[in-house]
Amino acid sequence: MLPVLKAADFASDQDVRWCPGCGDYSILAQMKKILPDLGVPREKTVFISGIGCSSRFPYYMNTYGMHSIHGRAPTFATGLKSTRPDLMVWVITGDGDALSIGGNHFIHLLRRNVDLNIVLFNNRIYGLTKGQYSPTSTEGQVTKSTPMGSIDHPLNPLSIALAAEGTFVARSIDAHVKHLGDTLKRAAEHKGTSLVEVYQNCNVFNDGAMAYAQEKKQRADNVVELEHGKPLIFGAKSDKGVRLVGSRLEVVNLADVAVDDLLIHDEKEPNPAIQMMLARMRYPDMPEPIGVLRSVEGVATYNEQINEQVELAKQKNGVGDLQKLFSAGDTWQVA
Amino acid sequence: MTVPPTPSNVVPPELTTSKRVKTVSGITVRLAGDSGDGMQLLGTQLTNTSALAGNDVATFPDFPAEIRAPRGTRAGVSGFQVQFASEEIFTPGDTLDALVVMNPAAMVTNLADLRKGGILIANVDGFNEKEFKLAKVESDPLEASVIEETYRIFKVSMTKLTRDAVADFGLSPKVADRCKNFFAMGLVYWLFGRSLDTTLRFIEAKFGKKPDVAAANVAALRAGWAYGETTEAFGESFQVEAATLVPGTYRNMMGNQALAWGLITASKLSDKDLFYGTYPITPASDILHELSKYKNFGVRTFQAEDEIAAVCATIGAAFGGTMGVTASSGPGIALKAEGMGLGMILELPMIVINVQRGGPSTGLPTKTEQSDLLQCMFGRNGEAPLPILAPRSPGDCFDIAVEAWRIATECMCPVMILSDGYIANGSEPWKIPDVASMQPITVNHPEGTDVDEPFMPYARDEYLARPWAIPGTPGLMHRVGGLEKQDGTGNVSYDPANHQHMTDTRAAKVDRIAERIPDQDVFGDSTGDVLVVSWGGTYGSCHTAVKQCQQAGHKVSHAHLRYINPMPKNVGELLRAFKTVVVPELNKGQLRMLLRAKYLVDCIGINKVQGKPFSVSELIEAIEEHVAQSIPANVDSRASANGKPTAKSKAS
Repeated sequence: MLPVLKAADFASDQDVRWCPGCGDYSILAQMKKILPDLGVPREKTVFISGIGCSSRFPYYMNTYGMHSIHGRAPTFATGLKSTRPDLMVWVITGDGDALSIGGNHFIHLLRRNVDLNIVLFNNRIYGLTKGQYSPTSTEGQVTKSTPMGSIDHPLNPLSIALAAEGTFVARSIDAHVKHLGDTLKRAAEHKGTSLVEVYQNCNVFNDGAMAYAQEKKQRADNVVELEHGKPLIFGAKSDKGVRLVGSRLEVVNLADVAVDDLLIHDEKEPNPAIQMMLARMRYPDMPEPIGVLRSVEGVATYNEQINEQVELAKQKNGVGDLQKLFSAGDTWQVA
Repeated sequence: MTVPPTPSNVVPPELTTSKRVKTVSGITVRLAGDSGDGMQLLGTQLTNTSALAGNDVATFPDFPAEIRAPRGTRAGVSGFQVQFASEEIFTPGDTLDALVVMNPAAMVTNLADLRKGGILIANVDGFNEKEFKLAKVESDPLEASVIEETYRIFKVSMTKLTRDAVADFGLSPKVADRCKNFFAMGLVYWLFGRSLDTTLRFIEAKFGKKPDVAAANVAALRAGWAYGETTEAFGESFQVEAATLVPGTYRNMMGNQALAWGLITASKLSDKDLFYGTYPITPASDILHELSKYKNFGVRTFQAEDEIAAVCATIGAAFGGTMGVTASSGPGIALKAEGMGLGMILELPMIVINVQRGGPSTGLPTKTEQSDLLQCMFGRNGEAPLPILAPRSPGDCFDIAVEAWRIATECMCPVMILSDGYIANGSEPWKIPDVASMQPITVNHPEGTDVDEPFMPYARDEYLARPWAIPGTPGLMHRVGGLEKQDGTGNVSYDPANHQHMTDTRAAKVDRIAERIPDQDVFGDSTGDVLVVSWGGTYGSCHTAVKQCQQAGHKVSHAHLRYINPMPKNVGELLRAFKTVVVPELNKGQLRMLLRAKYLVDCIGINKVQGKPFSVSELIEAIEEHVAQSIPANVDSRASANGKPTAKSKAS
């Protein structure tokens, strides 16, 4: 019988060195908490990260891990999972790492549907390099590198993931710990690439940037928790909803509109059009969705297919024989 | 299927010539035409046929970077040179004995290499006003009186003769005209006494699904042969006897193919599946094409989204315990630099191949050069030395690939292979090795434990290699990364003394490889007037040039380096045993810089960057200059050593 592991068994002997009060602590805690439930032994679990504050994560896990180079974690993970499909692989990344320097790899990992899980710590700022704006910083944001305000239009990681035909796309919040744990667990259970964007507070360089979603008091009015098959209802008094009118979503008051007229969330719909509309709901005009936007099963994974082709080739042509290979075709003898 | 019947009156089945046959020791022929004319195919067929006839062969394909460069222009000329001989040869030949040209552009761009009295065969149907204009020639170059006086010229109406030969097959004129390279092939085969068998088999395999096209190509091939046999213009043909090679079974081998096969062999010898992560780039892509055919050998090819993803996925595979290989050319290696540095500090075994081309930047994608040596030595941030091996010929790529993986696994570090476009696309006879007698490559992974004591991922063995502990092994969980790590534990460490120690250790690990590789061998005496030191694809030209200098009575020897980093232990001693050291390279003097820096021995460069290999004659001329001048050292040689081209290389 397998030994029953506890959260503490997943902690490495290294001191955690994030700033006190950083949202990363909560994500680390939730990860350690859900891993025992997944039933995967520690030695079969691998965390691969890029560069940034979040990317120190693997050092704190008593599993196999690699702290790689900036933006490239998805590529190391692809090479590892393609050759070692028996491992559970997690990619730990941030908004700069995944969307700026590593944007290319992020897209290609999702479209290949490699069976691994991405946790994207989104704090909308560069923390490790001390406070420059990131690709998810808001327009006009004043940072060390944008004293007159950012003129970049921000990227939305969920929109990108949906556009890349990602099969599992979700969002959660560092401070919403139960929701975070549940979402990470669902990501781990999904076969294919899972993306979980986590709103993570950088209390040093961008404190409160997502307070509207992180703070419990504000959250109910600004966030809608998606549940498959359920109508989109939100608000501190659960008195507001989201409905689809023509080709756009709108917020309605449940005093005026029947629950039956609200949009029913369908995470399993292969066509991502409505999921994309959800991803585009932005504070303060709309409540921002958290939970699983999309979870489509049955799409072949890259790691399955690359290994299936090897097996198929062996069946078709026989297991490779070097001497036969060398001697095939035109050869001649010298006596 | 069988080859369709052809008109029986075209040529007798036994294909023996009734004309005079002259036996020669070797022939160098170049086939040149428009890039759509099928010259590469013609060249490959002539090579295979000659190799099967027992000749030693060496080839040099030369083609434009554009897939279809503007038709009829000089830029669009595609050439294939092959030398086949009854003695051992090391180059595709300097000057041409025969040149086949399909249009004026091909003629004017290649004629300078044809020796006086050489055979010039021209497809006169490709010589008209329109083509003169495209080739930017004012009048018909065939009509120049100097041509008739200098060469043995044969004007053949290939297009028309081909149309006649294939008239019965009901092909469209466009498809019919495409058969003309087979007509040219038939004529060349007649001229050099080659058998049609290999090419007939090729046509059957290639066009079997289109019987009319297959039949037309066979008819064109036979018509070309018959034209040589029946036309009075061709009075004699040439015969090249089989060469005396080391006994064994041979096949023709191209460099990129040999690299691919060597990698598969290394994978089998080490009982490791092969993961090949790469991004398409000239001239390395053929390794990908080749490897992707052999999935039944446990090969997984990954065509990544970019060069960086290719190297990083390879590192990921290596971390998991797989044989990881990535390859590119200079521009891609530049992109991989950070990843290679990570592989180096993680201390994981893998292979990085650079098939060099002309640089800098995009440079000359289809032309050869050796200008990435210093990039591979030093092109990473920080102190990041890597072992570097360089094959010397197409066939040698096989052995180098196996050796690279042996070193990578013994030392737990990425190993670089520096090939080049000349080797990659060139070919030579390759003696098929006996796989059973090849030495296995032993790879150990530490076993799991249920004892809860901390695992030391950076403990070291006698080679300074760390254990290759792979995910899935209980009790050995550890984290690796690009940050400096503490000796032994591998934990992140900013300790100054530790960083010094780890930097020194990583360098010493590479340096110690010199203890296990063979001493540098020398062709010729181990002391003398001039030592020619070369590396990579210039081997054949340098070897042949030195041999001829020796035959002329000069005290010249040749040392060709296959191990570039570290170099064999005796290299310094060897350099000091000669009055003059000459280093020919297709760059501005990169190996020369390394030799001077490492051994404090002055070296004189013979350098050229023209996208072309050295000719033997230009090397002999440059070497002889130094034989004469080797006592005392003189001003000219010093000027050359400072990077100025020698007179010859400037002129060629």
